[in-house]
Amino acid sequence: MTDRTLNRRLVLLAPLGIAAAGGIGFWAMLDRMRDGTFDPRGVPSMLVGKQLPEFSLPGQPPSAGFSRADVLAAGRPVLINFFASWCVPCVVEAPLLMKLREQDTPIWGIAYKDKPDATAAFLKRNGDPYARVARDEPGRVAIDFGVYGVPESYLVDRTGIVRWRWAGPLSEDIVAQQLDPLLRKFA
Amino acid sequence: MIPELGHFALALAVALATAQAVIPLWGARARDPRLIAAAPALALGQLIALAASYAALVWCAVTDDFTVLNIVDNSNSLKPLIYKITGTWGNHEGSILLWCLILALCGGAVATFGRNLPSALRARVIGVLGFVSAGFLMFALTESNPFLRVWPPPLDGQDMNPLLQDPGLAIHPPVLYAGYVGFAIPFAFAIAALLEGRVDAAWGRWVRPWTLASWCMLTGGIALGSWWAYYELGWGGYWFWDPVENASLLPWLTGTALLHSAIVVEKREALKTWTILLAIGTFSLSLSGTFLVRSGILNSVHSFANDPARGVFILGLLAIVIGGSLVLFAWRAPVLAPSGLFAPISREGALVLNNILLCSIAAVVLTGTTYPLFADLLFGVKISVGPPYFQSTVLPLAAPVFAAMTVAPLLPWKRARLGPALIRLWWAMVAAAVVGVVAALGLRRGLPALAFAASAWLIVGAFAELVERTRLFRVSLRTSFSRLAGQPLAVWGSSIAHAGMGVTIAGIAGMSLAISTIVAVKPGTTVPLAGYEFKPLMTMHPSRRAFTTQRTTVTDAAIHTNGFADIYTVLGEEHDGEAVLRLHYNPLAPWIWFGALVMAVGGGLSLADRRLRVGAPAKRSLAVPA
Repeated sequence: MTDRTLNRRLVLLAPLGIAAAGGIGFWAMLDRMRDGTFDPRGVPSMLVGKQLPEFSLPGQPPSAGFSRADVLAAGRPVLINFFASWCVPCVVEAPLLMKLREQDTPIWGIAYKDKPDATAAFLKRNGDPYARVARDEPGRVAIDFGVYGVPESYLVDRTGIVRWRWAGPLSEDIVAQQLDPLLRKFA
Repeated sequence: MIPELGHFALALAVALATAQAVIPLWGARARDPRLIAAAPALALGQLIALAASYAALVWCAVTDDFTVLNIVDNSNSLKPLIYKITGTWGNHEGSILLWCLILALCGGAVATFGRNLPSALRARVIGVLGFVSAGFLMFALTESNPFLRVWPPPLDGQDMNPLLQDPGLAIHPPVLYAGYVGFAIPFAFAIAALLEGRVDAAWGRWVRPWTLASWCMLTGGIALGSWWAYYELGWGGYWFWDPVENASLLPWLTGTALLHSAIVVEKREALKTWTILLAIGTFSLSLSGTFLVRSGILNSVHSFANDPARGVFILGLLAIVIGGSLVLFAWRAPVLAPSGLFAPISREGALVLNNILLCSIAAVVLTGTTYPLFADLLFGVKISVGPPYFQSTVLPLAAPVFAAMTVAPLLPWKRARLGPALIRLWWAMVAAAVVGVVAALGLRRGLPALAFAASAWLIVGAFAELVERTRLFRVSLRTSFSRLAGQPLAVWGSSIAHAGMGVTIAGIAGMSLAISTIVAVKPGTTVPLAGYEFKPLMTMHPSRRAFTTQRTTVTDAAIHTNGFADIYTVLGEEHDGEAVLRLHYNPLAPWIWFGALVMAVGGGLSLADRRLRVGAPAKRSLAVPA
């Protein structure tokens, strides 16, 4: 085979090579999607595995506010839940949070960009699952947390390290598959 | 009973498709005329079985058979009849079945209209189509069967996504799929040519009408989808560079390239290997687009049921079809003897330029669409590639296409000079310059003015070939008119399609000048925008429809159009007697879709040309088996 025909052969093989590379890549993605290590839709939180940011927020009466020190002082894992009265998925999520509270999971709420009256009305209407409710009316602390939208939940262990983040309303499946094992692990 | 019959018909279609794949291909290889002659009957048999299966699915939907899981998940007894019918393809299982049905229709079309093809070539084409059919029908039967039953049956179904209950979207999938799947025919011709080891002018002539027909459908399908996004989603845009949209744009780009390179094969017997590769590539992109969208890999606003397990099956199928055809290509393509030399400046040269540019655009779009996925996979970084990337990369590549597509039809084959062609286009240049200068002075913005100039260049210049052929102003007007009437439809078709592109560009340029405002309005107040005074409760009807079953409201935009501009309003949620109203003034917006329609009509006219008609007498009527 001369150099020229060899070159021509190689050029003709190029499309196959490109398609094969793409195919192997997609196969790897599907494979890792099945065991949950690859999620093209998810946006990971930068906080997971890191210390909770420093913050101190005023309370939603009658609850007192809380700060990072208070979360550490709890001595057990705390689920911090950002919510707002104007957020429809938060209404959807509310019954599940009430159920979690009945199972004695400490949920600390942060009302995000919400007016005190509206928050109070929301808690009256949908139930109050929160051990403590703080207010983040300017939304600054939410920025430090990297909140993506409401509702959003963060699991903080007793040493103040964020172990898990869920953007969007929690569901029975997510609680059973992801949150419960972590709560047991860090309890 | 009916679901079982549908299920049985589907299984029968799998069996017939397998026979359609094996018997004709084997027959063509063994040169057995009886096996070769069986091909059309098998293709038609598979079509009939699959049509019966699809009819059974429609029957289940229309009669609200809630023992069928697919109907429970996607239908509801309160759903209007029309959406019960169109809802059969509004979900994963049904859409796969429709996809297979259209592929079977392609096989049936080759069997029916391909009588003038050499019988061995026809058998191979039908065999390749049968092979693809068999694979995807097997997928439908085993992994996404629409006829699965539930017991006990629920009282009512869960209804369809309200966004999909819309006339535009109801007809969108069949048109788009016809475009996607139609490229299976050029693909099958390419594989048959590789098997036979021969590509000649006749092959180019046979491939072109099928390519053209699917190109028209794909153009229409993309336009319909974009139009739906514009008026139904209420986002005020028409193209979002979303992966699903890109998935339909990619085969359109390579399909357009194929359409043009097949001309070179037909007229000059050059670019054979390249044309074969384009035919394989276009169908491969169609397949990958349709199916990867469903695997959940592509992150899109268009959600489909995501099931990685199904994705693996599909990926396996794609590997066999695409990988197999590319292996065949690498192995057999050297057999195709190149011929038909040409100078760089010539009609062929211009068509090569068209191909290079269109394929570069396709590569750029493909990179932008898949890069975030591979970056995540390989480096674990989350990035998103958005419209700014696509706009800044596609535009510089599209501009030379627009510049060249007016000149190319005036260049002679083999060897040409650019000067005379440009001189004959002086009036198109004048038109473009006038429009550009006026737009630049009026708008004081460079890019839209350039786009308007390009649009004028295309629309006016598109008819240069016709003017040239009628010898306007060089002979008497009467002679010119009689010559005009005598022009082949293909010339009219290409002129109209090129002009359609110009119309679309004008629309896109107009949309870039759109202005909008968001206001909270109370009844009786007025809002000024673009010289209009908006008064709530005038004749616009933006709506939020509440859907009882799924408890969602859908925002429909109300659009008032006068053909030159759209007034586009979207109503937000009402609060304390005030409603949030988003008002857009979109100049020339309707032209975007009108231009696409013109392109498709141009393609259709070309298709009606006697010389291109499927089954027109071929130069070589006897088959010479390879």
